[in-house]
Amino acid sequence: MANVSIRKVVKAYEGDVQAVKGIDLEIIDHEFVVLVGPSGCGKSTTLRMIAGLEEITAGEIWIGGDVVNDVPPRDRDIAMVFQNYALYPHMSVFDNMAFGLKLRKFPKEEIKRRVDEAATMLDIQMLLDRKPKALSGGQRQRVAMGRAVVRNPKVFLFDEPLSNLDAKLRVQMRTEIKKLHQLVPTTTVYVTHDQIEAMTLADRVVVMNHGVIEQVGAPQELYHHPATRFVAGFIGSPAMNFLPCQVIDDGGLKVQLADGTKMAIPAARVDRYGPYKGKKMTLGIRPEHMTETHDSEKPGVQIMNAKVDVVEPMGMETLVHHFVDGVAVCSRIDPNVQTGPGEILPLAIDMNNMHLIEDATNRVV
Amino acid sequence: MSASATAGNLPVPKAKVGSMEKQRRMALWASYIALTFFVIIFLIPPFYMIITSLKTSAEISAQAGNPWIVQNPTFDNYWELMTNAAFQRYFINSVWVTAVTVTLSMTIAILAAFSLSRMGFKGSQVLSTGVFLTYLVPPSLLFIPLFQILGWLGLINSTWALVLLFPTLAVPFCTWIMIGYFSSIPKELDEAALIDGASYPQILIQIFIPVALPGIIAATIFAFTVAWGAFLYPLAYLYSADQATLTVGIVRELIKGDVFAWGMIMAACAMAAAPPIIIYTFLMDYYIAGLTAGATKG
Repeated sequence: MANVSIRKVVKAYEGDVQAVKGIDLEIIDHEFVVLVGPSGCGKSTTLRMIAGLEEITAGEIWIGGDVVNDVPPRDRDIAMVFQNYALYPHMSVFDNMAFGLKLRKFPKEEIKRRVDEAATMLDIQMLLDRKPKALSGGQRQRVAMGRAVVRNPKVFLFDEPLSNLDAKLRVQMRTEIKKLHQLVPTTTVYVTHDQIEAMTLADRVVVMNHGVIEQVGAPQELYHHPATRFVAGFIGSPAMNFLPCQVIDDGGLKVQLADGTKMAIPAARVDRYGPYKGKKMTLGIRPEHMTETHDSEKPGVQIMNAKVDVVEPMGMETLVHHFVDGVAVCSRIDPNVQTGPGEILPLAIDMNNMHLIEDATNRVV
Repeated sequence: MSASATAGNLPVPKAKVGSMEKQRRMALWASYIALTFFVIIFLIPPFYMIITSLKTSAEISAQAGNPWIVQNPTFDNYWELMTNAAFQRYFINSVWVTAVTVTLSMTIAILAAFSLSRMGFKGSQVLSTGVFLTYLVPPSLLFIPLFQILGWLGLINSTWALVLLFPTLAVPFCTWIMIGYFSSIPKELDEAALIDGASYPQILIQIFIPVALPGIIAATIFAFTVAWGAFLYPLAYLYSADQATLTVGIVRELIKGDVFAWGMIMAACAMAAAPPIIIYTFLMDYYIAGLTAGATKG
């Protein structure tokens, strides 16, 4: 188990295309860190550089107090779980899990003990004699995790391990991975493009975009206090609504939407937003903060009438899509509220949870 | 809406019930007829070879009787060849040349394909194309320059000449098949092995070779066929009886001037054809799997 330290790491390909643009990240011992971002953001490249599968163009990667820039993967004492499992198809589950130990010349009894222990932990004891082709997707992923666990490495690396599984199994395996980390608290770096996976698994989430780190923080911190417009829009499902606006002083600080709708800024935020008066801004509000009107008496809540476009009942909640000044907006309402397309639905907008984004810098202020 | 209204105004042709079934049946019949025709065309020579090998010289030269039927079957031709020291020598030479060619070609092809498809060094793409281009040069164009090279090496009239030459014919195609096959193995498999602690030779031996076995078998069969069935190079470079391989030995031993020992020629051909037939029969599934994997990967 070890710290992982990424210092000013750059990955450039031929033709000066930079996949990773000088990122810094400190991962402490036992921590579960998730790198999340859209395709091409550099998250997988970063993971592969930690693994030693990609060379580093500039900067340093430290694992457990040593610079590993020039250390081959096998000497980094890491284990990796791949998206497509990467099990050796001609070997049994036992041999797949034992392969790394055999290469490291562990005694036979020790190999058997470790494989049995990992198999018990992952509930795959009965599969040890089978070949990978005789396993289901979930079982294969367990074996892949078992292969990582038996080595007892300093760092676990997961490269989108649940992307090939169906939705139900993905949720189940997500829990298994979290349980595994609770049992074996090895430092873990996990890559995914699924922000729900990131939120549910991580001690800290690293949001990446275009080769840079947008924000690092605990899941709740990212959700409630995003640093940039990208993080605000990426974390949360359905995504945060963005409405172009301006901060005005109209007998009190307010945000004014393009269609002239004015909404008062709560007193607690007046000092923070005062300096942005007159500037082009974007109002960010999450769907759960634009909901049916039972909370309208609360201070800082504004009422807005919405003409319903599409209704999506989800069971525990209902999503209502509508337009505010031509911008598509999603609201999350109580499933018992009856509404339908074309109807006018009064919505309570909780300005206490508003976010204000400066258009010039795309930063949340 | 307007599109469907327009469509509604047009006369809708009445669907012919069972027309698909009929078309399918006709296609099937056409396939059977064509295939039967080709099977007959291709099987007539080996059939004629086998029945002739079972006849006595008198029966072969007899004008009367149906030439497609054996009146008095005999294994004399086979027995005579098997007890003939020269024929045994040719057989051993063929086995030796083929075994070394296959071993050498496959070793080179597997190592080349692994490094070209997996190690991603500078110029690997150009080299891959280069390897394939050498396969496009017809062997018959090369035998005069090769004769000079072999003469310079002092290998004329030695089976070592064939051991050196056949891999030059087999390696490009075998490498090409193996590159295709290795490329179809997911990259994550070698990355997982690298992280597990394997070196490149260990990845090749413990992961790639077992996983790519169908491809290796396909390439091995090809290399075998190149060496076993070759006629031009053994004819051009070997002139003494003790060095000849089966293909050339049959002609040398069993055709004397204008006297053809047809019974024995056919028996020798049947015996020479047996090893490839046996190998193809048992490994056909692997052969097809290996070739198609290479082909689809491109």
